[in-house]
Amino acid sequence: MKLAWRELVRRPSRFLTAGAALTLLVLLLLVLGGILDALVNSATGVLRAQTAPLIVYSADSKGSIDRSRISSEQHAGIANVPGVREATGLGVVLLAGHIEGRTEPADVAVFGYEAPNATVPAPPAPGQAYADASLQAAGLELGQTMVLGRARTPVEVVGWVSGTNYNLQGGVWVEPATWREALNANIPDAAVSPGTFQAILVTPQDGSPVADVAAAIDDRVPGVTALTIDEAIAGVPGVSDQESVFTSIIGTTFAVSGIVVALFFALLTIERVGLLGVLKAIGASSRTLAAGLTVQAVLIAAGALATGSLFALGLAQVIPDTVPLELSTSRFVFTAVGLVVTALIGSAISFRRIIRIDPASAVGGA
Amino acid sequence: MTEGPHVSALDMQDVRKTYGNGETQVAALDHVTLKVGDDEMVALVGPSGSGKTTLLSIAGGLLSPTEGDVIVGPHHITDYNRRELTRFRRDMVGFVFQGANLVPFLTAKENLLLVADVAGKRGKGIDRRAERLLEELGLADRVKNTPPQLSGGERQRVAIGRALMNEPELVLFDEPTSALDSRLGEQVMELIRTEVKGRGTAAVVVTHDQRMTHYADRVVEISDGRLVA
Repeated sequence: MKLAWRELVRRPSRFLTAGAALTLLVLLLLVLGGILDALVNSATGVLRAQTAPLIVYSADSKGSIDRSRISSEQHAGIANVPGVREATGLGVVLLAGHIEGRTEPADVAVFGYEAPNATVPAPPAPGQAYADASLQAAGLELGQTMVLGRARTPVEVVGWVSGTNYNLQGGVWVEPATWREALNANIPDAAVSPGTFQAILVTPQDGSPVADVAAAIDDRVPGVTALTIDEAIAGVPGVSDQESVFTSIIGTTFAVSGIVVALFFALLTIERVGLLGVLKAIGASSRTLAAGLTVQAVLIAAGALATGSLFALGLAQVIPDTVPLELSTSRFVFTAVGLVVTALIGSAISFRRIIRIDPASAVGGA
Repeated sequence: MTEGPHVSALDMQDVRKTYGNGETQVAALDHVTLKVGDDEMVALVGPSGSGKTTLLSIAGGLLSPTEGDVIVGPHHITDYNRRELTRFRRDMVGFVFQGANLVPFLTAKENLLLVADVAGKRGKGIDRRAERLLEELGLADRVKNTPPQLSGGERQRVAIGRALMNEPELVLFDEPTSALDSRLGEQVMELIRTEVKGRGTAAVVVTHDQRMTHYADRVVEISDGRLVA
């Protein structure tokens, strides 16, 4: 181990190529992951912000809040299902938000809601809204009045919330009547009657299993289907496709990292056959030599991870706000664990060659 | 590991080493019997391909014989498995390879300490032993130099120190002067003799240079895998 460490410290140039390649791959992994996280969060922030574990859609909506309609009768029925503690309505309409002094409108998702969630306080007064902080990039300011859609429904921004976007559009949170007014005025074809929502957020009573409450809602209330929040997130249009594509690219990048480590150490082992033979001749075991190589692979990966992370953080500072990129702690941890595992697997490819080095090769050489 | 009564430093009895099978079989060593006393220094000479290296490798536990018995000190190593041979080499034998073969990024002292590291030994005593050895070898002021900063003779002296670091029963030298000029070769052989005799350690020195054989107590010649009487 000491030998492996000393070689790394005293001959850093020998490991520079592999370290540089891995650093770039770490940067790529973090940027790809960061873009995926930003896209997914931007598409599903509203669902992730909910504290209620269940969301109820109309049965014919196929799990999409856009297509779902829940009547006031169904809402009351859901609230009366045994095991339900709270059932609050939620509606959404995607509109253009015109901001004073700006020629280009911002894309907004206007939510009508009844109860506060993890990030949004209780509904504001009619005609007022809490806006997602991401809309500040579009020029929205506190106290400004934003007009929604072609019908120019006005809402005054009275506070900021964060992480509540939907379908990549900035969240604007209003009380239910304001939402219905904006929806009915701008999209008459999709108009809803008073008391109608698109989804009902359900909090079970303490001790009532979520799955049992969901099944009871499906059984007792005609025309609705209860989903967990995770199921609802998976149902948001495009999310699973995005995740699938990015996960494939990220997986491929990890595989490339493994190949880089494997090739580098395979070449290094070939180059060091003479030295390894001498070490074996003086009594070093194959296990000790393989452990040294593993230590080097993990340390190079750790160095690349640190450098690549710094580059990614720097990049996040300079790229425009319009590029979706969220570098979360969990993304760093995922990348770190993935890279270390990849380095371990990559370095293990050379173990067989180390085991097969004959200590007798140390004698009789030139 | 099997241990028997300690008779001599090296006792090879009727040792054969063959490669290949049937008609293609080649005997690298053919019924070799060799004893080396506890503090004896033996020079092994012979032409290229005569079996010198094979003999040295079998004596040092780097190769196993096809037939015959090999006893080093109290260790009957003939039937040792790979792990036992590794431990045997680590604890009982010192090697000086052709061209020194030091670890290039370690200092002279660290090259000696490497032997202790491999054996998992640590402590100030080990440290002092490495310094003392280098001092004896005339390298007190080269302790912190790496092999590329040393001359050929100095590198070979560090290699000798490394071979003596684990206080071996037997030290095996593989052409220790082949990369040195005559004057340096003489100096290194003189040093080898002083060190092994001073410690009462047995040594086998493989050399093709007849000028170096007078440093040995006995010269053994090998030809076509057989010892010449």
